[in-house]
Amino acid sequence: MTYRTLIPAALAIVLSTMAANAREITFTTELKNYGGDGAYVALYLTNEAGQYQQTLWIAGEKSKYYKHLSGWARGSGQRSSEYDGLTGASVAAGKTMTVTLDLADSLIDSGHQIRVDTAVEDMRDNRYDVVVPLTTEGVNQITAGRGYVQSFSYSF
Amino acid sequence: MIRKLHSILGLSAVLLVLVLAISGAILSINPTIERSQATVMGTSAITVAELTGKLAKRYPKIEQLQRSPSGTLIVYYTDNNQAGADRIDPFTAETIGPYTVPAFKTWLKNLHRSYLLDNPGRIAVALGALVMLLISISGTLMLINSTGGWRHFFRPIQGSTLAQRLHSRIGRLALIALMLSALTGLYMSLETFEFIPDHQTAEPAFPQQVDGGEPAAIGSLTALKNIPVSELRELVYPYPQDAYDVYSIRTQQGMGFIDQSTGQLLAFRPYNSQQKIYEFIYMLHTGEGLWWLALLLGLSALTVPVMTWTGIQVWWRRRRAIPRIRNNSKAQSADSIILVGSENNSTWGFAINLHDALNSAGYQVHTAAMNKLADTYPKAQRLFILTATYGDGDAPASARQFLKRLQQVNDSEGIPYAVLGFGDRQFPKFCGYALQVTDALQQKGWPALLITEMIDRQSSQTFARWGEAIGQKIGTELTLDYSPPQPKTVTLQLTDRTDYGEQVQAPTSVLRFKMADQAQPKGWLQSLFNTSKLPHFEAGDLVGILPPGSPVPRYYSLASDSRNGVLEICVRKLPDGLCSNFLHNLKTGETIEAFIQENPQFRPASNKKPIILISAGAGIGPLIGFIRNNKSRHPMYLYWGGRKPESDFLYQQELQIYLDDNRLTGLNTAFSRIPENSGYVQDKLITDTEHIRALVQNNAQILVCGGRKMAVGVSTAMNEILAPIELDVASLKADGRYREDVY
Repeated sequence: MTYRTLIPAALAIVLSTMAANAREITFTTELKNYGGDGAYVALYLTNEAGQYQQTLWIAGEKSKYYKHLSGWARGSGQRSSEYDGLTGASVAAGKTMTVTLDLADSLIDSGHQIRVDTAVEDMRDNRYDVVVPLTTEGVNQITAGRGYVQSFSYSF
Repeated sequence: MIRKLHSILGLSAVLLVLVLAISGAILSINPTIERSQATVMGTSAITVAELTGKLAKRYPKIEQLQRSPSGTLIVYYTDNNQAGADRIDPFTAETIGPYTVPAFKTWLKNLHRSYLLDNPGRIAVALGALVMLLISISGTLMLINSTGGWRHFFRPIQGSTLAQRLHSRIGRLALIALMLSALTGLYMSLETFEFIPDHQTAEPAFPQQVDGGEPAAIGSLTALKNIPVSELRELVYPYPQDAYDVYSIRTQQGMGFIDQSTGQLLAFRPYNSQQKIYEFIYMLHTGEGLWWLALLLGLSALTVPVMTWTGIQVWWRRRRAIPRIRNNSKAQSADSIILVGSENNSTWGFAINLHDALNSAGYQVHTAAMNKLADTYPKAQRLFILTATYGDGDAPASARQFLKRLQQVNDSEGIPYAVLGFGDRQFPKFCGYALQVTDALQQKGWPALLITEMIDRQSSQTFARWGEAIGQKIGTELTLDYSPPQPKTVTLQLTDRTDYGEQVQAPTSVLRFKMADQAQPKGWLQSLFNTSKLPHFEAGDLVGILPPGSPVPRYYSLASDSRNGVLEICVRKLPDGLCSNFLHNLKTGETIEAFIQENPQFRPASNKKPIILISAGAGIGPLIGFIRNNKSRHPMYLYWGGRKPESDFLYQQELQIYLDDNRLTGLNTAFSRIPENSGYVQDKLITDTEHIRALVQNNAQILVCGGRKMAVGVSTAMNEILAPIELDVASLKADGRYREDVY
């Protein structure tokens, strides 16, 4: 089973009108069989220096546990305005989460990085489970995570 | 009411509570295991700076350092892009071994928290905890009730069956712990569902100002030098390439951040009271960091399966015992009221027969236990009271509250009544309680419908005659026809007998029986269930024997346990005794029809206190059984009276054996027909006053078995002996320390 999550149409339009040139990007995150409850996962963008830019997706229902996605929590300040409409169910061990959304062209090949934080109840938190640059070259390249992420890739 | 609530709650949530209890009991072992593997002693003398300084060499890729409540230190690191975790020694920082959480433990924890069903499961768990709490509270109230108030809460508990006694005794021990588990569990559930404000909200914000300079060696950070290892909960390292990142730390007091360059503590915030309350409750519930509490709670949780099983048995027995009454009208609307006083439910059969007869004659009948006497019966025109008598003229179980309640009833005119007593003419106070009730009604000035009648040994003829008389009074023909059902009997075969006392006109025999040989060859099913095994009984229980030609059983105290493989009784031959004569004439190999009736009130207590056994003649029966099965060499003292040592010294050789192997501590005999020092057993007690007083002061239990006259004599003597130490038989009886089996 995969979690295929599409950004709501209205928001997609807003995003594409904001940036003249936008692109549909699909992020695929496969989790290891770490043997625990469903994982909370944060996908977000930072600049080259690692400073938080924008939230892409938060998997996990209860916002009170979001602080365990510590890299993201620190950057975003956990403000709900940062992730409104960008949340979904937590991801069970061994499953794959696929998220598709529109991103401005200007964010690609401009030194931005995609970061993934993961957390599981009663298990360790993984800040920066995955860190990959968002580049045209990186399309379909599979990266292994340090924590619960088995593999991560994106395509556009 | 409370009892009803208790059983409804218990039965409805049996599975919910059982799963919680068993999984909780298994989880409760963890804190002890963790504690035994952790090094805790002396860790307050080393600082986090010292420890992390050493760790920096061993684990260059360290990301997190954690100290569990039990004191286990865990490092989390990433090596070649693979996350790892090790347990380490706090003094040397050496690796003890890899840290893993077994999948079973995770599974069990989830089972305990949510029945593996996530949110719906968590709600069910909260319900389970609530039910557990309510069961404990209602159980406590019932215990207080049955022991007669708070102050007597720890008195010995009496119960008519093993299941009942186990249920109350184990329950009493486990109550507090079970309530604690349920209450703390419920608190945590309420927090999960945010009925109680979440404790995790109060955290310091990430510091705005970070030095950003060259990171200093961790061992040199000032803030860490001030924190002993024993105070640490978690230290999260900054991300290696990020100069503006910080260490975040949680200690026993609070949480904050440490600048990786200056080593200063930034934005530290102590835990607020919300957090502290939660942590305290969490600790009480899980026993994390408090291993002995965890074991105690786990042990108590293990009683839940036992409590469930015994509880269901008690409930089932009670339910089965409640007689089914068809067309029972409400007390408010009935024109005829039947109240029943019964000890072991046999009187109910008669009452229901009367109920049905009146009912089919067109009356609106309300039948209930005497304890259920209502404040008023607005439509009632007649009241029937059918009651047995318990012991020496006392109220039977279902009538204990009756006389007290009657005082409160304020029917100025009163209802015409008829009392019918049930009993056995052999006993001195035949229908004594029925007569007491009659007196009370008379004093209240209620009119008698019919003079009080007494039924001897469940005679159906007398009952039918009484029905005719009632019918004439109320102007309706009543046909009462009831004979009590016989209990299911087994056939026993006499294997051997020892006869005593012929010479002193007190023929007494010890008779031993086994299950009669089955004529048919045994099938596999029979051999599987071993049908030739004796039914279960213990010394002190009663065997009901049906003599040929009489439907009424006679009861004898048992001198053996069923596990002794033999059913033994000691029977004195009475001149006119139908059953005792039948038994005395029984030859080896001949058979009797018999059934077991439990008599749990007459048994030695299971504590380590001394036991004084007192009897005369054949009354030694159950007592010899207690001594014979005294495997734990409990101090037991026997006082026994006979007539002449050469003739009726029952069990003389056996008693000598028990004295030699310490199953019996002391033996005192009195003989009434010897030339010198003759006397009764009560005289022997008086002679031994000092010793008995000392034993009673040492919390001895006293068990008396024998004839009524002897029992009165013993009781008088004991009162005389105990008066100087301000005790008497009545107060010992109330404490359950003086028990009688009298015939």
